[in-house]
Amino acid sequence: MAQKFLSGNEAFAEGIRLARPQVISAYPITPQTIVVERLSEMVEEGSLKAEFIHVESEHSALSCAMGASSVGARAFTATSSQGLLYMAECLTYASGGRFPIVMMNANRSTALPWNIYGDQRDSISLLDSGWIQAYAVDAQEALDLALMSYHIAENSLVSTPYMANLDGFVLTHTYEVVDVPTQEQADAFLPKFKTENKLDLDNPRNLGFSAGPAHNIAFKYKEHIGLLNAKQVIHQVEQKFAEIFGRKYTGLTENYQTEDADYILITLGSIAGIVKETVDKLRENGEKVGLLRIRYLRPFPNEEIALAVKNARAIAVLEKDISFGNEGTVYTNVNSSLQKSGNTLPCSNYIGGLGGKNISAVEIENIFDELKKEEVKIEFIGIGGGEE
Amino acid sequence: MTEILWHGRGGQGAFTAARLLGAAFALKDNESYALAFPSFGPERRGAPIRAFTKLDEKPIGDRSEIEKADFSIFLDDTLFSEKSFEELKPNGKILLNTKQSVLSERVISIDADELAIEILKLPITNTIMLGAFAAVSTDVSLENIEKAIYQNMSEKLQRKNILAVRAAAEVIRRENDR
Repeated sequence: MAQKFLSGNEAFAEGIRLARPQVISAYPITPQTIVVERLSEMVEEGSLKAEFIHVESEHSALSCAMGASSVGARAFTATSSQGLLYMAECLTYASGGRFPIVMMNANRSTALPWNIYGDQRDSISLLDSGWIQAYAVDAQEALDLALMSYHIAENSLVSTPYMANLDGFVLTHTYEVVDVPTQEQADAFLPKFKTENKLDLDNPRNLGFSAGPAHNIAFKYKEHIGLLNAKQVIHQVEQKFAEIFGRKYTGLTENYQTEDADYILITLGSIAGIVKETVDKLRENGEKVGLLRIRYLRPFPNEEIALAVKNARAIAVLEKDISFGNEGTVYTNVNSSLQKSGNTLPCSNYIGGLGGKNISAVEIENIFDELKKEEVKIEFIGIGGGEE
Repeated sequence: MTEILWHGRGGQGAFTAARLLGAAFALKDNESYALAFPSFGPERRGAPIRAFTKLDEKPIGDRSEIEKADFSIFLDDTLFSEKSFEELKPNGKILLNTKQSVLSERVISIDADELAIEILKLPITNTIMLGAFAAVSTDVSLENIEKAIYQNMSEKLQRKNILAVRAAAEVIRRENDR
C-alpha cells in the first residue's frame, strides 16, 4: 500500500482504477468532475485499460454503461444532482435489467434555487429506483467502497447496480491521507466479472424485454430479493476485504458508543465525522451518547437500527434531505424500523446542511441536549419546525 | 489541532500551498492526520479565495471552514486588514507577504514577491509563504515540505519550488536571529 494525500474524488478514482472497469462513460458535472477527469487521464496514460466514452448527457452515460454491462463488461459512470435526475429514467432500466453497474454520485443540492453545494436530496429522491445506495464518511472509505462495490453488485445473488455517494465538496474536494492498495492486492480481492445476464452468441438469451401484468410482479419481487441478498453479501465482501487490506467495515451501519447510550444520533455521510467528535466530547463529561452511521440506505438496515437503539431513551435522525410536506426520508425509514421492532421510544428529525449549509459542532451538541427532553420534534436546524 | 487559514487571489496557488502543507504534515508518522480544502465554489482568477489546512494527531472529523486560526497566511497584502486579527485564536499569528513594515507582534512579514521574482521568475508566492511557514512552525519540517513537493508537484516545478521554500525559510530564520 502507498499513502497518498488525495481528495474524495481522487481516492474514488484510484479505487475504480484498481477495480479494472472495461468501459467508463460519463458526463461532467460539479462536484463530480474530478473523478471523471482523473479516470480519463489514467486511460490516456495507459495505467487503466478501459474504453473511455465521452457522451453528450447523463441519460446517455448510463445507457452506455448498460450497453457495456449487457455484453458482460464491467462498467462505471459518475454524476451528481441534476445530472442524476436527468439520468433517472435509466436508473430503473439498469436495476430492472439487473446490470451490476457502479456509479459514483457526488451528493449535491437540487435546483431551484440553483446551487452547486452538497446535500443528499439528489440520491435520496431516487431511493426507490432499485439501486444499492452506500454513503462514505471519508476519502478512505470512498476508495474502499469503489473496490467493494463491484464485488457486491456482481454477486449472482445480487445482480444489482450500486450507487456510491460522496458528499459534494466537503468530501469530494477535501484532501486527506488515503492508503492506496497495490494492484496485486486489488486483483487478489476482486474476481473478474462473470455473468450469464449478457448477449452471447453461444448462449443466446433475451435481455431488456417487456413483461405484462401476469409476470411483471414476479420480476419486481426478484429485484427486491436481489437487494435483500445484498445484506449478506456486503458482510462477506467486507470480511474478505479486511483479510486482504486490514481495514474492517461493519455492514449496513457503523455503531459508535451506542451499546450503553441513552441518546443516539442517527446520520449518514461525512457529517458523521464531527458527530463522532461530539460524542467523544460529551462522553468525557459523562454523558451517555452515541452515533449510529447508516452506511447503506438500500438495502435498509432495519434489524441493525432496531438492535442498536433497543435500550436508548430517545434518538434523532440528522439528514441533509426533506420530503416536502412530510419529513426527512431517512427519518421515515428509521421510524418504520422502530415500529416493526415494537419500539416506541421518542424519535426526532433534524434537517440540515441543505444547499451546503454548514452543520456545526455546537448545533450537534444542541441536538443531543434536546434529546434529553425525550420529545418528538421535526425541525429544520436554525429555523424550526413547520407549523401544522 | 493546528488550524491554518490561507488568503490569496485566484491563480496565486493558495490552495496548492494548503494541500502541500497537509501532505507534508502527514509524512511525519502514522499518527499525523491532515485535511486540506479550498473555499468551495466557482473559481475566478484574481478573486479573493481562502484555503484551509487542519493538522492533528488524531483523525479529523470536522470538515467545516476554520473560523479561528493558529496561523493566517496572506499571499497578497491587499487582502489584509485590521479585521484579519478577528480570525485568529488568542495566540494566533499572521504571516504576511508585504513590502510594508507592519508593527505588530502578531504579524510576521516577508517580501515574498521579491523572492518569487528572483527564484521562480514569476510573482507566485504560494511556496515562498509555505517555506516561511516551515520556519515559524513546530508542526512541520522543511524536509517534509520538500518531500511533499516531490510527491505532489509536476517534475518541471519541483526543483524551483524547493529552492523557493528553502530561500523563504532562510529569510525568516535570519530575521529571527537579528
